[in-house]
Amino acid sequence: MSTPSNSSQPAKDATENLAENVMSRRGFAQILFTGVGLCYAGVIGYPIYRYLASPIEAEGEAESTAVSQVQLKDADQLSPSTALMFKFGAKPAVLIHHKDGTWSAMEAVCQHLGCTVQYQGDRDIITCACHGGVYDSHTGKNISGPPPRGLVPFTVSVQKGVVVVSKT
Amino acid sequence: MTSVYTWVDERLGLEDLMQFASKKQVPLHKHSFWYYWGGISLFCFIVQVFTGILLMVYYRPGPDAFESVRQITYVVHFGWLIRSAHSWSANLMVASVFVHMFSVYFMKAYRKPREFGWWSGMVLLLLLLTFGFSGYLLPMDELSYFATKVGLGIPEAFPGIGPVVANLLRGGMDVGENTVQRFFALHIVVLPVFFIPILVFHLWLVQKHGNASPPSELEKPQSQRRSIPFFPNFLMKDLAMWLIALNVIALFASLFPWDLGTAADSLKPAPAGIHPEWYYMSSFQMLKIMGSVFPGAVGEGIGIIIFTLGLVLWFLIPFYDGKNEGGQRARYATYFGLLAMAVLVITTFWGYWGL
Repeated sequence: MSTPSNSSQPAKDATENLAENVMSRRGFAQILFTGVGLCYAGVIGYPIYRYLASPIEAEGEAESTAVSQVQLKDADQLSPSTALMFKFGAKPAVLIHHKDGTWSAMEAVCQHLGCTVQYQGDRDIITCACHGGVYDSHTGKNISGPPPRGLVPFTVSVQKGVVVVSKT
Repeated sequence: MTSVYTWVDERLGLEDLMQFASKKQVPLHKHSFWYYWGGISLFCFIVQVFTGILLMVYYRPGPDAFESVRQITYVVHFGWLIRSAHSWSANLMVASVFVHMFSVYFMKAYRKPREFGWWSGMVLLLLLLTFGFSGYLLPMDELSYFATKVGLGIPEAFPGIGPVVANLLRGGMDVGENTVQRFFALHIVVLPVFFIPILVFHLWLVQKHGNASPPSELEKPQSQRRSIPFFPNFLMKDLAMWLIALNVIALFASLFPWDLGTAADSLKPAPAGIHPEWYYMSSFQMLKIMGSVFPGAVGEGIGIIIFTLGLVLWFLIPFYDGKNEGGQRARYATYFGLLAMAVLVITTFWGYWGL
């Protein structure tokens, strides 16, 4: 595009100055590069995040189709004052046959920081070795120590040859 | 921001680095395009490290290898993409390293003072081919299994120590669990431990000596030679090439994802047309030719000795064509390079044609 006369020159300078005041060429290039860079970061980062989070998402889906009942074969033979550790879905759980003949079952996941708890037959309580939490072995209620609430209880049904533990 | 820079500079001497970087010039001439290929190879290596680490999150070496790769490819979110990027980038790295090596050769950038650059580069090439070979087995599908079985035939055919070396690599008489574990250790620890320091040495040499000008450029008087500053001019162009390489890898990985064959089974016969990856096709075909000319183990032994010899000559080229001038040796070196390139290309195509 040619500028044959001087009269058109000032108009062209005016528009160019206006453009420079709105945004310089350098500024435009910087925004462009930053924008494209962010797009690339997103397009690369998103699949990497989903890749690394894959098992977490899978576990989440599994929860909705989770286990609601467990059948423990021959657990009715369990001696009094003893406990049986078993898996309820993905979580550790405990079945207790008390001295007085009653049964209780609950999740063995300590409500403090998640350690697996244990049944103390001689004192008839449930304790957690990690930070000294103590739970009632019949109800699972938190008695002393750091746990803020009781163990998640299950419903127990003792039948011939099997003990059925199910979500309350 | 400048005060932060000054604070660090007073302790680390950044200004010296900046001074050096600002002085660095890159020759500008009609062959300058070839200067990018070392950097492209480096970029592919970085992609390999990155995707390799991600794959390690889910890969299980040993008896569960195939199943873990099956999960990565078909179960884990975007696992297929990470794996495909890793496989494609591996192939592109080998291709760009060959382009880099041949362009260095024909530009005679192995001459004084760059001999160590040439030698370290050749060592890096051999390590790279070992990376490729060890990595290829890790999925433990039919293709991996047989390609490795056949591939190990090459060291096995080495006269004398061959079978001992092959058995050590295999971890037994046949390719199996033990082989995968060994190759995995090789691939993620042993090879990187050697590769990375030699790579750093190789890159430092490029910084120290600068890019070599080809003989045609050296013949010109100083006044006619042009160059551009490395920082930021050449660096920007270099990064642009890296971006192109990234796009190529991403495109290929998305459009041509890597598949997984059936699990390796030593009782099954080798599938018809079994062959190694393209960068081994040349050796594969040359061994086939030798085998038909000189039958039996003798043929294989001769084949291996011939291409080991070729490799040694290639390695020693700086001693043959050392002087910074034209002349008979310079011309013969170029012919030798053209011959080597022709042999590699022809035997590769021949190998595919003969399948």
